[in-house]
Amino acid sequence: MDHSQNRPAYLQHHFSDVTQQAESAKLGMWVFLLTEILLFGGLFVAYSIFRSWNPEMFYNAHKYLDVTLGSINTVVLITSSVTMALAIRSMQLGQKQKTLALLWSTLILASVFLVIKYFEYSHKFHLGQLPGKYYTFTGVEGNNPHIFFSIYFVMTGLHGIHVLVGMAVITWMIIKTSRNKFSSEYYTPLELTGLYWHLVDLIWIYLFPLLYLIG
Amino acid sequence: MTSSNSFLQEPKGLKSWLVTLDHKRIGILYLIGISVAFALGGAFALMLRLELLSPAKDFVGPDAYNRLFTLHGAVMIFLFIIPGIPAALGNFVLPLMLGAKDVAFPRLNLTSWYIYIVGMIMALVAIFTGSVDTGWTFYTPYSTQTSGAVVMMTMAAFVLGFSSIFTGLNFLVTIHKLRAPGMTWFKLPLFIWAIYATAIIQILATPVLGITLLLLVLERVLAIGIFDPAMGGDPVLFQHFFWFYSHPAVYIMILPAMGVISELISTFSRKKIFGYKAIAFSSFGIAFISFLVWGHHMFTSGQSELASMIFSFLTFLVAIPSGIKVFNWLATMYKGSISLETPMLWALGFLFLFSIGGLTGMFLGTLATDIHLHDTYFVVAHFHYVMFGGTVMAFFGGLHYWWPKIWGRMYNEFWAKISVLLVFVGFNVTFFTQFIMGAKGMPRRYWTYLDQYTRLHGFSSVGSLIMAVGFAIIAVYLLHSIFKGRKVGANPWGSLTMEWETSSPPPVHNFEKDMVLTHGPYDYDKVIPRDN
Repeated sequence: MDHSQNRPAYLQHHFSDVTQQAESAKLGMWVFLLTEILLFGGLFVAYSIFRSWNPEMFYNAHKYLDVTLGSINTVVLITSSVTMALAIRSMQLGQKQKTLALLWSTLILASVFLVIKYFEYSHKFHLGQLPGKYYTFTGVEGNNPHIFFSIYFVMTGLHGIHVLVGMAVITWMIIKTSRNKFSSEYYTPLELTGLYWHLVDLIWIYLFPLLYLIG
Repeated sequence: MTSSNSFLQEPKGLKSWLVTLDHKRIGILYLIGISVAFALGGAFALMLRLELLSPAKDFVGPDAYNRLFTLHGAVMIFLFIIPGIPAALGNFVLPLMLGAKDVAFPRLNLTSWYIYIVGMIMALVAIFTGSVDTGWTFYTPYSTQTSGAVVMMTMAAFVLGFSSIFTGLNFLVTIHKLRAPGMTWFKLPLFIWAIYATAIIQILATPVLGITLLLLVLERVLAIGIFDPAMGGDPVLFQHFFWFYSHPAVYIMILPAMGVISELISTFSRKKIFGYKAIAFSSFGIAFISFLVWGHHMFTSGQSELASMIFSFLTFLVAIPSGIKVFNWLATMYKGSISLETPMLWALGFLFLFSIGGLTGMFLGTLATDIHLHDTYFVVAHFHYVMFGGTVMAFFGGLHYWWPKIWGRMYNEFWAKISVLLVFVGFNVTFFTQFIMGAKGMPRRYWTYLDQYTRLHGFSSVGSLIMAVGFAIIAVYLLHSIFKGRKVGANPWGSLTMEWETSSPPPVHNFEKDMVLTHGPYDYDKVIPRDN
């Protein structure tokens, strides 16, 4: 096997050239994102069914979600998507320090999102707006208001886990960038991280109106 | 051909196998995993059949029986049939068939195997810590109330789902991006088309199972109420969610099998496959329709009559692409020079049994007859004719076909033919009997039965023992052949697909040179295959 000439270190042995490798990676990521959409898809179906059965209860229950905090979080996540996209652009231009700064910004914005989410959650825990049988709140009119909060916690919880995973991956990207693993020639992992991060953002953009803005 | 640098010998040591990124070794690792699962699931099945020898309590009581059939189903489906052909055989041959050096993501490939092993260990933990008696379908509300290790078993299936998704994703990208120069879409072997269609289902359906099982775990741990009618939830919603995955999942099991059969029929008929495009597209037809028929598992669940009628109609549509395949295989054999070597015998067995399985599916897809046959042994028999008579027969056909490629050695053909016969006869004795019992009203999932079924149950149990003998013989001669089998060349069957153009066993990087496609996969009319 002759792999010697003209093969950069980042090109794996089973690919014949850089383009093939980059295109394969991106196709794989897009397909993975499709599976993520279907994972959440089940929850969107459950949401639709229970909302169509209990439209008034959903309306009454949604008033207990804090639209201000939700809006702030929406802005925070969208901004983090922008910084992520700019980070990739900076690496395309070979600007390592700028890339690092933008990745750090993305990471910090992601943590801000989770901190705000933490305050929202703990407020609800405090009021007894817990999922399912642990639900003790009495302020919502309508049948089975705990179902709304079950769905709220499952959907935002699963989304929150995705934010956490995203933060871990971004941290890894920061380490790789500072170790000079990327260049203006090779930055595929950054692009893939960006794709994932935009999906996490996109799912929130659907969750926010469906949960916070009913009516 | 020298085998001094084959993938089996280099690099050496157990550790080199456990960290290997070579798709061929990962295929063998999977083969080991699914063989353990098949033996385990088979042992559970034998215990079930032994208990059913008489209506009295022969070996196990009702509780143990419920656990056994659950474990038989869960182990066979999640640990054997789903990964069986794609992850074990597919891993080995898919890059070879494409003329590629590996799959697109070798690390992800190894990760899939480890995820599979983690899932398998979780399933075993569940078996030994309280076990599960819900059936493999985990229907609510029973699954949220019964004691036992439901959460662990459910999480095992959840984890195994990820393994399946990653395999499908990996293969899909490999097929898109790593084909040898000259291998255009319509020069792909049909096995690749089948794996492609399978990958689409794995990618689109499995995440829905993931979220369903996650909701079931949350229901059990936190009582979130989504499936609990007492809390405003709906148990039928669980059935919808479950079958939205699990019906397509049976096509995850059967489509790769159909791909194997296309290879076998053409090779052993020495004839160009008939209706190449029809076979290729019918895989996609099946994959597409598979997402629209889940409601046929729920005709008696109280879903609306209109929904049942629509699901029934859509179910009948599955017969069209399935029929297209069967007729094209028959047309391929017509006037071919058929040689009855072991893989072909499995393929012929497939044709008989799958046809019976498919036709009896029509009985169950018909609303009126399904009311009578629902939850009887008729369903059990139908399912086994498709899954065992279909997928397992094709799996063993494929295993015997590619075995000399994997090891560079041939098994004992005499014993191989004897065991096909034993399995075929044993299978029909076991399961054809169950069609009759089911039509007479014998319900499934009971540890005992009325006296009138004694003879049929006894007959069925004898069949399962015949099959067990067949599989025991297979295990012996296959293991024997790894060490003592007759050495073979690159192309012992005279096939035209690319995996036969490299030595047996193949070198570490699959081919000695960069591959270019020079002829179609089934051009038996133009090219004479060589065994170098």
